[in-house]
Amino acid sequence: MKILVCISQVPDTTAKISFKEGNTVFNTDGVQFIMNPYDEWYALVRALEIKESQGGSVTVINVGPAENETVIRKALAIGADDAIRVNAVSSSALFIAKQIAEVAKAAQYDIVFTGKETINFNRSEVGAMIAEYLDQPYISYATHLDLQGKTATIVREIEGGSETLEVDTPFVISAAKGLAEQRIPNMKGIMTAKKKTLKVVEPIAFDDISFPVRYELPPSKAGVKLLDADNMEELVRLLHEEAKAI
Amino acid sequence: MDVINEKVNTITSKAKEDRFQGHDYYQIDELLQDEHLLAREAVREWVKSEVSPIIEQYAEKSKCPTHLFKGLAEIGAFGPSLPVEYGGGGMDEMAYGIIMQELERGDSGIRSMASVQGSLVMYPIYKYGSEEQRRKYLPKLGSGEFIGCFGLTEPDHGSNPSGMTTNLKDDGDAYILNGAKMWITNSPVADVAVVWAKDEEGKVRGVIVERGMKGFSTPEIHGKWSLRASVTGELVFEDVRVPKYNVLPNIASLRGPLSCLSKARYGISWGAIGAAMDCYDSALRYSKERIQFDRPIGQFQLTQKKLAEMITEITKAQLLAWRLGTLANKGKATPAQISMAKRNNVEMALKVAREARQIHGGMGITSEYPIMRHMMNLESVVTYEGTHDVHLLITGMDITGLNAFA
Repeated sequence: MKILVCISQVPDTTAKISFKEGNTVFNTDGVQFIMNPYDEWYALVRALEIKESQGGSVTVINVGPAENETVIRKALAIGADDAIRVNAVSSSALFIAKQIAEVAKAAQYDIVFTGKETINFNRSEVGAMIAEYLDQPYISYATHLDLQGKTATIVREIEGGSETLEVDTPFVISAAKGLAEQRIPNMKGIMTAKKKTLKVVEPIAFDDISFPVRYELPPSKAGVKLLDADNMEELVRLLHEEAKAI
Repeated sequence: MDVINEKVNTITSKAKEDRFQGHDYYQIDELLQDEHLLAREAVREWVKSEVSPIIEQYAEKSKCPTHLFKGLAEIGAFGPSLPVEYGGGGMDEMAYGIIMQELERGDSGIRSMASVQGSLVMYPIYKYGSEEQRRKYLPKLGSGEFIGCFGLTEPDHGSNPSGMTTNLKDDGDAYILNGAKMWITNSPVADVAVVWAKDEEGKVRGVIVERGMKGFSTPEIHGKWSLRASVTGELVFEDVRVPKYNVLPNIASLRGPLSCLSKARYGISWGAIGAAMDCYDSALRYSKERIQFDRPIGQFQLTQKKLAEMITEITKAQLLAWRLGTLANKGKATPAQISMAKRNNVEMALKVAREARQIHGGMGITSEYPIMRHMMNLESVVTYEGTHDVHLLITGMDITGLNAFA
């Protein structure tokens, strides 16, 4: 199996989120970045498991600037064979999907993995767009994947239950929790990663069609009101009038 | 009632969640390589998933989480700076320091498990052992199949190792080993011990003693109020017949064990920063969450003074460790320079732990927070591998050329 895993760099979950330039750009000052957990823990690890049981190769791809190479090296340390970085800065799903599809078209992968979403913009769009550009089936939110020859049996999350379906390679799949278990790279992996190929390619020209107008933070949480346990009337009034819960 | 219990459990487990974040006030990360940052992240993740959830329980019960030896081996914490062909990780000294920092951020006892295995057991076998000894022991020590310990300190010879009485007598194809070693990390669970003893000429030799050799026992030391999650014991030798091929051939002086201690002390100078950062991180968070007089206690000047001094001292220690790591990578770090960093950084960590304890108020004495555990651990760290005072005298001797030990 020849597998491509799309990895994204996202702010650490503990990062303080703010915006600049009139709330149109995410402020990266003082923010620590990590590999998107859905890409790392589920997509990449399941791809590696397939390679380990059936042979083949796992390539990771990232669309981003040179600063993203630490995260790419981490993917190599976890076990990917080689990596491609498309040298561009963009948060547009369409742009990113277009660039990845261009690489994927030329190299003919059996499976293209993405995470089910990135934890920064939560769009869940890139996988579907890549599939469209490649004219391949797309299976989203996969929690289980078995391969028999070219045929994959995939379980995917649906509201309140699950759906099982079959699909032949090549296809694009987005990974949800349950597809695999996180692997922490070890020191040997980190040292081996230094010697693996990280190819940098320039993006193809592409005119984007959507642009962020502004970002807003959610309203800050209101404080907790403490009442005496026997003050039921006031509790009911607050629940009714302020919280509008009853 | 069940619902309430469930809520309480959720809240408690939330409070116990390891929310640690690193602190890099002077952007020292910019001076590190990708591999250092990746190593730090990997060990930090491992500590958060394997150490933090269990460490308070093991420390409270004074029990060693021996199952972690395997995990430490798997992430590559044993001898990371030794060559890959001998079971090491092929990394540089900076990476070794960073790994020790992250382990000690979890617990000094866990870091001690790794320090001993790597610096005090694998390193002397690599440095002074025969090729046969290297091939026989190092891969198994690197993979955690064997646990090792290091015997230098004796009941009557701590700061003065040259006075050791453990001895070797020639007996044809073997030596007869007699004596006792004290305060030996990992000894009760060790498969092999690197033991330093005087031969009949009074020269200090290193021998590899294996569990099961007749006359060799490893009683555990109980009642420690420090490093409670790490197992400590004695090594007792009663006419133990050690084959001559178990003698490290390439060293015959106290320089042997002292060079191992330099490696381990170097790691400790980084490790202490980990413990300090954990205390600072917890105190900083607590100071923003704890409300008194209608405001977070972090808003009070006396709390800010403590926090500001803590991060200043941590930053200074980080710079010291980084520079020492740079020198160590070039093979230029002197034992005296290592002494200075070990002494400074461990004392710094102890002070940070005590200040952090105050910021946490009463909660600071409980196992809800890591502070008291770190503080008690550090009382060992400030004493072992050269006491606080001995390191000062090493600096004193280095700058004056005059020996104040004897």
